[in-house]
Amino acid sequence: MKRLVVGAGYGLKDWLAQRITGVVMAVFTLVIFAAALSGAMASREAWQAFMSNGFIRFISFLFIVSLCWHAWVGVRDIWMDYLNSAALRLFLHVITLLALVGYAGWAIQIIWRL
Amino acid sequence: MPEMTKQRPKHLALHQIRLPLAGYASILHRVSGAGLFMMLPVLIWLLQLSLGSTQQNVETFNAVTGNWLAKLILLGLIWAFLHHFCMGIRILLIDIHVGVEKEQAHSSAVAVMVVSLVLTAIFGLKLLGAY
Repeated sequence: MKRLVVGAGYGLKDWLAQRITGVVMAVFTLVIFAAALSGAMASREAWQAFMSNGFIRFISFLFIVSLCWHAWVGVRDIWMDYLNSAALRLFLHVITLLALVGYAGWAIQIIWRL
Repeated sequence: MPEMTKQRPKHLALHQIRLPLAGYASILHRVSGAGLFMMLPVLIWLLQLSLGSTQQNVETFNAVTGNWLAKLILLGLIWAFLHHFCMGIRILLIDIHVGVEKEQAHSSAVAVMVVSLVLTAIFGLKLLGAY
C-alpha cells in the first residue's frame, strides 16, 4: 500500500540548508583558524587589515548569511519541539526571524564598511 | 486488556531516563546552539569593537575582554562553538554513512566530547593569558 506523506514539504529543504550552511561555516572557521595561526590576530592592525581583504569580506558575508539561516532552522526546531501553544510559537518564530535578519544586517555592515 | 487503556498524555520521568553518551552529546548540540544564538548580539558587538578604530572602541573591547565574568562567559561560548562544530562534523559523516554502526557511533560521540573539551582548554588558556 502506498503511503501518502503529507506535510508542509519544507523538511528536506531545511535539512539540506542546515547541512550546506554548516559546511560553509566550518570551512570559514578553518580559514580564520589558519589565519590566526599565521598572525592575523597578532595585533589590532593586523586583524583589521586581514578582515579588510576583499576575499575575506566575501567569505565573511557568506558566513554571516549561513549563520543566520542555520540559527533560524535550529531555533525554530526548538520552539516547534517544546511549545504546544500555536500562538506562542508563532510569536517566538516572528521574534527569532526578526532578530536574525537584524543581526545579519548589523554584522554585514560591520564587515563591509571596513 | 489493560495495555489498551494507556494513560495519555504520557509524562516521562526525565531523571529516570538513562541515555547513551551519544544521546547526551546530541542534547548538548542543541544546548550549545541555543546558547550561541542567545549570545549572538554580544558576539557581533565584540566583532564591532574589535574592528572599530576609535579610542573608545579599543578601551571598551579591552575592558570587556579583561573582565573575569566576561571571560567565563566567553569560555562557555568557546566550548559551545567547539562542541557544536565537532558534533556537526559527526552528523555530516553519519549523513554520508560513515560511523553508523553502534560501536563507531559511540566512539565518535566520545571523540566529540573529548576533542571539544581539549580544544576548549587550549583556547581557554589563551583567553586567560596563560601563553
